[in-house]
Amino acid sequence: MSGERHDVILEARGLAKRFPVGWKLFGERQSVRAVDGVSLKVRRGETLAVVGESGCGKSTLARLLLRLIEPSEGEVFYGGRDIAALPKGEMRRLRKDLQFIFQDPFSSLNPRMSVGAIIGEPMRVHGLGDAAWCRAEVSRLLTRVGLRAEFADRYPHEFSGGQRQRIGIARALASGPKVLIGDEPVSALDVSIQAQVINLLEDLKQEYDLTLVLIAHDLAVIRHMSDRVAVMYLGEIVEQGETDAVYAAPRHPYTRALMQAIPIPSPRARKAAVQLAGDVPSPLAPPPGCRFHTRCPLADGRCSTVHPPLQEVEPGRHVACHHWQRMAAEGQAALIEPEASQAARHRLSLYRDRSERQQNSRPAT
Amino acid sequence: MTAPALLTGTDDGDLPARGSSRAWKKLKRNRSALFGFVLVAFFVAIAVLAPILPIADPAATSWSAIRKPPSELYWLGSDEIGRDLLSRMIWGARASLLAGVVSVLLAVAVGVPFGLLSGYFGGWTDQIISRITDALLATPFLILAIALAAFLGPSLTNAMIAIGLSATPIFIRLTRGQVLSVKTEDYVEGARAIGLSDIAIMWRYILPNVFAPVLVQATLTVATAIIAEASLSFLGLGQQPPDPSWGSMLNVAKNFMTQAPWMAWWPGAAIFLVVLGFNLLGDGLRDALDPRES
Repeated sequence: MSGERHDVILEARGLAKRFPVGWKLFGERQSVRAVDGVSLKVRRGETLAVVGESGCGKSTLARLLLRLIEPSEGEVFYGGRDIAALPKGEMRRLRKDLQFIFQDPFSSLNPRMSVGAIIGEPMRVHGLGDAAWCRAEVSRLLTRVGLRAEFADRYPHEFSGGQRQRIGIARALASGPKVLIGDEPVSALDVSIQAQVINLLEDLKQEYDLTLVLIAHDLAVIRHMSDRVAVMYLGEIVEQGETDAVYAAPRHPYTRALMQAIPIPSPRARKAAVQLAGDVPSPLAPPPGCRFHTRCPLADGRCSTVHPPLQEVEPGRHVACHHWQRMAAEGQAALIEPEASQAARHRLSLYRDRSERQQNSRPAT
Repeated sequence: MTAPALLTGTDDGDLPARGSSRAWKKLKRNRSALFGFVLVAFFVAIAVLAPILPIADPAATSWSAIRKPPSELYWLGSDEIGRDLLSRMIWGARASLLAGVVSVLLAVAVGVPFGLLSGYFGGWTDQIISRITDALLATPFLILAIALAAFLGPSLTNAMIAIGLSATPIFIRLTRGQVLSVKTEDYVEGARAIGLSDIAIMWRYILPNVFAPVLVQATLTVATAIIAEASLSFLGLGQQPPDPSWGSMLNVAKNFMTQAPWMAWWPGAAIFLVVLGFNLLGDGLRDALDPRES
């Protein structure tokens, strides 16, 4: 088990992407640091989730891992080779193994191509078989993702969002990939459809021995699907570890705030939540020191000057926070209670009285 | 460079065939497109059949038939030196259709690839192509055509080249703009993700999705090109007299608008109908080629 666990299939080292903005005649152009020094190991056969607020660089990271955009710095290793440095032709051949699922099923399929051509294209590009074989394979894949084989002759606009996403998944599977990276593969879908597509992905993962990297902001979905989770904030990974461990006891205040943002459908399970104030700072000028200190309830003087490195605090658990020990000691229970207002306390007491009276007046069962 | 070879080599079986027969069926169902097709086909047929039609010599003059209105002898009337307008119209169709269609084809053939390159690659490629386009667009269309035609020498062929090159920057600009918007679509990134080469992406993903506005622009430019050929003829740079073209006939006719209005009717009506035909056909083609239109 442990030997298999450490079989790394895809690895990022010090990955960074800066997008230049504006135009300056003299001096250096400003740039957005969408991803800044991310190191990440994806183990064979696991599902790794990358979570974070919008704008934290998770989609950029996904594209960097597949070299859909060129990194400004850093390396991506797949099969022992740095794919960021591969020549174009070799990279194209390698794409057989690394596939991508898009967020928006309405813009990710070429409207001018039939579904059969869309799904069959990766097979033809990589020369996997002759025309007849490709057609049979397209039918098989369509059926596998839960669509009818006859749909091959139709065009994308004839399908609903969920069906299109299934087509996108079938296309991603067509070249027989080993790693599948999904950029919020279900967030554009209806909630009822999300579950179906998630289940489909899980089944396919088993069936094809896939390694999944899922970018998401829906923490409930992540918990259900992933083995490990990496939390991103402003282009950096702030916490990384086994999903259950991270969910049970976050070691980074940002992770904790994210976890507390998950709605729990029970009033009894409610806990005092540390609400994050304000917005994510501009990635044009990230705050000095810890990037989270402007919004962090635990921040002190050191946080605004010294950048905390991502360090291994337990085996398999990485945190980038000066106060992780304090977080560990506090656990999740002891949170800073926000001061409830006078009116709120009054309302709460009225409500309690009323519920007690109701409880008492009800006949005992 | 294996990807495009594979693409053309193995092809996608019978799927595109079905797609194109579907497009043809859609075109036939579209009445206005069919009307446009008939109009264009009619004029093309006339142009092609001119040598074998039983009509008078278009260059033969007659001093007894100067500016005669339509009659039994001269069905469409005669011009200021007594030439038969019917046979001049028929022979003129050759020059005008050629000038219109060939020059636009040239403009599309040159403009669209440059627009694709410019929009797709961006950076320096885009800078260079776009600046040249700007410079060409800054010169009025006709002035540019006249300058080019004068440089190339007077003949119908050179006039077509001159008109085509003058119309090219519009197509570069149009294509580039369309490419810029299509390029950001996820499916283009998806094409890269499956390992397609840049050439295959441009050919299979970008071009089909930018073609509709180019097609419409092309049908409109046919009209401009026919008129431009007329202007060049007028200056002695296009069709050489006494060979007729609709544009040059119209140019002469405008001097006799009050005495012989029919001289202007026929070429005017013919240009109008050809342009209408191309427009309707172009619109129909655009819809037929778009799988989203049922």
